[in-house]
Amino acid sequence: MIVEKSLTSAQRDDLRVISGMMIPESDEYKVPGADDATIQGDILATLGRDTRMVSTALDHIARLAGKSLAALDEAKREAVVTEFRASGGAPAAVLARVILQCYYRDDRVLRSLGLELRAPFPKGHVLPEGDWSLLDPVKARGGSLRGTT
Amino acid sequence: MNQPVDVLIIGAGASGAAVAYSLAETKMHILCLDQGGWMKQAEYPSTGRDWEAKFYGEWATSPNIRGRPEDYPINDDNSPIKVVNFNAVGGSTIMYTAHWPRLHPSDFKVKTLDGVADDWPIDYDALVPFFEENDRMMGVSGLSGDPRSPLTHPPMPPQPLGLSGPLIGKAMNKLGWHWWPSDTTVATTDYEGRARCINLGHCTPACAQGAKASTDITYWPHAIRAGVELRTHCRAREITTNEDGMASGVIYYDKDGVEQFQGAEVVIIACNGVGTPRLLLNSASGKFPNGLANSSGLVGKNLMFHPYAQIYGFVKEPTDSNRAPPTCLWSKEFYDTDLSRGFTRGYGIQFGRGAGPVFEAVASEQKGILPWGKDHHRVFRKLNGHRLYFSAICEDLPEEHNRVTLDPVLKDGHGIPAPKVDYTISENSRKMMEHALAHGREFLEAAGATDICTNSPIPWGGWHLLGTARMGTDPERSVVNEWGRSHDVKNLFIVDGSVFVTSGGVNPTSTIQAIALYVADQMKSRLANLFD
Repeated sequence: MIVEKSLTSAQRDDLRVISGMMIPESDEYKVPGADDATIQGDILATLGRDTRMVSTALDHIARLAGKSLAALDEAKREAVVTEFRASGGAPAAVLARVILQCYYRDDRVLRSLGLELRAPFPKGHVLPEGDWSLLDPVKARGGSLRGTT
Repeated sequence: MNQPVDVLIIGAGASGAAVAYSLAETKMHILCLDQGGWMKQAEYPSTGRDWEAKFYGEWATSPNIRGRPEDYPINDDNSPIKVVNFNAVGGSTIMYTAHWPRLHPSDFKVKTLDGVADDWPIDYDALVPFFEENDRMMGVSGLSGDPRSPLTHPPMPPQPLGLSGPLIGKAMNKLGWHWWPSDTTVATTDYEGRARCINLGHCTPACAQGAKASTDITYWPHAIRAGVELRTHCRAREITTNEDGMASGVIYYDKDGVEQFQGAEVVIIACNGVGTPRLLLNSASGKFPNGLANSSGLVGKNLMFHPYAQIYGFVKEPTDSNRAPPTCLWSKEFYDTDLSRGFTRGYGIQFGRGAGPVFEAVASEQKGILPWGKDHHRVFRKLNGHRLYFSAICEDLPEEHNRVTLDPVLKDGHGIPAPKVDYTISENSRKMMEHALAHGREFLEAAGATDICTNSPIPWGGWHLLGTARMGTDPERSVVNEWGRSHDVKNLFIVDGSVFVTSGGVNPTSTIQAIALYVADQMKSRLANLFD
């Protein structure tokens, strides 16, 4: 919970807003937006070493907005976010990444993508052997190694 | 007070493990120090649901990002290619793609053949028995008979082609270009106590199954059973010398941070192409004011990385994504010199099977092909699970201005000066990379790919750390002789990628380990007059 305390209430509000702008809820794909409470909770709980950069990014957004992003209307939010993505540099990239890495491990999202809700180990995956006859033309062409003299 | 040992090896990674194993049969007292510890497979990323997120933090490839206590910082600000490595028992074999080509015979004769750089003082044939032994020890899978690669005899069959392999093969066949199943150190059958690969996915950052060979589970158990002592969490600060100019031992910090001295009759450095020059330069003394073993002035110079020119796209068909080891096929179509291409030397090609969902989202958002807003979901479904890679491993020729020095300010957790890397990509390499991207695009178009993107160079692609203590017969033009012994210090040996004279256009670990075994063999055959 130390991590959660490291973002102010206003920063958390802006994080939620920009997350939703990045990935909105979709009825078509039956997935939540990245502003969903569970996903936001995951982001805040696992910010860890990214806290400083995310905080910097959110401060940058607040500067561009002149106040909290959450307090702006939709059109103004869009303008601020466009400017933020153009000028935010490494902190903006980290902010985007932490939103995406939590969104794309959410059960509802993975289910919508047809992915299993599990760690890779220990079950692993089964690979088809594939059509090895594709190698026949390569064998037929042959070739040689370059000499040394 | 530590009792002196016969042989002290610094570094327990790819080369340190191989040299320790080989020398163990001498029954000398052999001690290896490593700044890292033993890794635990149960804690590897693929055991958790957050496996992809870990690649951006505690399992990042860059030690500067990862920042584990075992890592040391590297100032690579003045390099377009950042150093990546791993520091533990097993070294960077813990964190590598397991792609296992060898240098070609012609790679040892570049001056003779192409009039560039220098020939090696040894040839491919001298290494063949050690390549074979190393393949058996590491456990290699592959398909013998590639007409465009040195003959190998992998003890295990190749990885399945999966979904991505046929897509790659069909495209390459359409173009009439060479391709072949890669030799890899991924076990495709149970092998020497290792369980076979179960396709955990992106196995670069360590294999929880133990199917991917890393020296902590291949060489080290054998070496330790044979009597080699391995002391972990011990960071070497400097190699000391005696009044005769011979190495007398190493000053290091133990696991509690206490300074220790370890005496030795022979010192072997196996710290990679950045760590080795760092240690030698940190070992400057009154007798060796420019750093140890550095009368040539070449310690740290001629750093070679292999600039990677990567191009990727998205096909309609599903690819293996994160459901397979990342690499399975290679091509040597553009490996040899053809001056009509506008550059000398060439590159190997390493194909990639795909990416996991988090990586796909992050990479595609950064490239601007995954939009924000309502269209995000549709586009993501088009991209995710449809990626194919073409990565050219461009031969990097040695240039003295590409170098490792000591940073005047930056230090590690023990206060030891950190390495500083200054590196630029040569004009020859740039032309090679452009050629690779153009031909990679042809390949992707033949595969029907769209949304094509490039990473050239791959910024965090400094896996291959070569050339900074080069091998040669002329003490004025090399740091070690043709069997790895320092020209200046007769009981000091180097066995890692630092000794490479040129880089070839392939992943170097197989060749690094073959050289380590070769040097060990030379030492064993010369024990009676090792210091003459």
